[in-house]
Amino acid sequence: MSDVSGNVIETEGLTRVFTGRPERGSRLRRTRHVAVDHLDLTVVAGESVGYIGANGAGKSTTIKMLVGILVPTSGSVRTVGLHPLKERRALARRVGVVFGQRSQLWWDLPVRESFSILAAIHGLSAADERARTAELVEMLEMGAYLGTPVRQLSLGQRMRAEVAAALLHRPELLVLDEPTIGLDVLSKQRLREFLVAQRREHGTTLLLTTHDMGDVERLCERVLVVDHGRLAFDGMLAGLARTVGARRELVLDLATPGPDLTDVPGTEHVRSESDGLRQRLAFDPQRTTAARVLAAVAERAEVVDLSIVEPDIEDVVREIYRATR
Amino acid sequence: MPPNPLRNPYWRFLVAGFRGQSAYPLATFAGLVANATFGLLKGGIMGAAVDSSGGELAGYSAATMAAFVWLGQGMLGSVNFWGGSALQDRIRTGDVAVDFLRPVSVQAAHVLTDVGKGLFALLPRGLPSVVIGVLVSHMALPGDPATLALGLVSLLLGIAVSHATVYLVSVAGLWLVETRGVAVLYMAVSGFFAGLYTPVYLYPDWLLAITLATPFPAMMQLPVDVLSGRVTGWAAGQHLTVQLGWLVAVLVAGHLATRAGRRRLEVQGG
Repeated sequence: MSDVSGNVIETEGLTRVFTGRPERGSRLRRTRHVAVDHLDLTVVAGESVGYIGANGAGKSTTIKMLVGILVPTSGSVRTVGLHPLKERRALARRVGVVFGQRSQLWWDLPVRESFSILAAIHGLSAADERARTAELVEMLEMGAYLGTPVRQLSLGQRMRAEVAAALLHRPELLVLDEPTIGLDVLSKQRLREFLVAQRREHGTTLLLTTHDMGDVERLCERVLVVDHGRLAFDGMLAGLARTVGARRELVLDLATPGPDLTDVPGTEHVRSESDGLRQRLAFDPQRTTAARVLAAVAERAEVVDLSIVEPDIEDVVREIYRATR
Repeated sequence: MPPNPLRNPYWRFLVAGFRGQSAYPLATFAGLVANATFGLLKGGIMGAAVDSSGGELAGYSAATMAAFVWLGQGMLGSVNFWGGSALQDRIRTGDVAVDFLRPVSVQAAHVLTDVGKGLFALLPRGLPSVVIGVLVSHMALPGDPATLALGLVSLLLGIAVSHATVYLVSVAGLWLVETRGVAVLYMAVSGFFAGLYTPVYLYPDWLLAITLATPFPAMMQLPVDVLSGRVTGWAAGQHLTVQLGWLVAVLVAGHLATRAGRRRLEVQGG
């Protein structure tokens, strides 16, 4: 279990400075880059936290320090109550980590074999290995490719296997670094549904970094926005939407050109194109739903086609940065 | 009930290396062809050298020299004289992060996987090399089961020393990130000191003294000595002891380097 305070993650003044060598012959001194700057962070057991920020804001550096693969320059960090560096192995037994761009599976071996080796690494009994593998295989629909060597899997298949590999030992904390990067819509959807179910059943604490607003909205209750190594926002998802107006845009193609749809409840008319043949309405998913908006539009005009544009996480982050700087 | 090896992660690493290697039969076959070609060349040169010195050279006869050549060629797929490793790539790309996120020894995991690969290579490359050697020369073979058994232990130790030493080269990457230079240096000296080109006993005394002060003879020269029956009994036991000593030394060095280097690890690539 976690430490007495019930905190799964606890950092105080966590700082990491990278020093780089100057170019040869340059008279410049060593360059200094503060990647994480006095970060105070607490995550309580059972929370699901989205950790977002621009590229280079310090997300990955933070995560690496949390799981003990990077030494902090100063400050303290406790993960599931342990010192990540000194208690590496004990921590590894209680935490699962997925790096979207790295594999923890054995490239040349069948998926099944990778799971089996990982089960041995984590000291699962033979019976436990069978039960847990069967559960994950069923939930993530991996049955069809269990015997396939990892190098022959599609990205979507491999990511499901990666997530399963990280969850095999039932970690208290699951850290996902860009878990849906490069996945198609359907694969993303499946993975998110699975993660929601896992949390519901096992109470796993979730910390994820992502560039995908959909990940945050569907998986996270709490959102942390990091900027230049400091927290720029820490609050509930709903609060984030209020702060930056994380609105969706409904793009409607109508059967005939019509007047601007300015009177649809819960929406704001963004603009019309082609004399009103295509209209864009913005709405806040916390306050209304796409279905309700569509129903209201249908009373006013005939809709031929529609699409929903989700807010870009980059826009959300930019808004936060603008509001806090 | 005896403990089930399948539940031991270190046993699994060994097997994973063994099985992973079997995925590339064509590359393995190409390696065998190269081994055999160079074996014929080496056998010709060394055979001629023995002939020209009157049928005996530094204690080698034509038969034991042929054994030296073909046993050595047979070991080439199993020991590492080129200095590269999967760990080096993983440090350079940052994938090593995954290794440190497992509740096991990173050193043991990598060395055992590589030893597993080396053991697999004995089947498609080691045995065929010996068969070719027997067909093209009158190479000496282990005369009795005891010699063969000692020889196989010595062979296993040689493979282990080799991969545990390359681990040291690889783990230098925790400081250097890019270790190709170190690997090239390793490649330049390892084969020479291990007795890959000629038996180290042909070297002048001062060079032999230097050679025997390195772990490299333990990777090839000593196991070939024991396997070919060039040394037997008490002397063979001494060879095994030297190998074991080197194995312990490089493993301890690797352990300390891993512990120190971990604090310097800067996982590459985001």
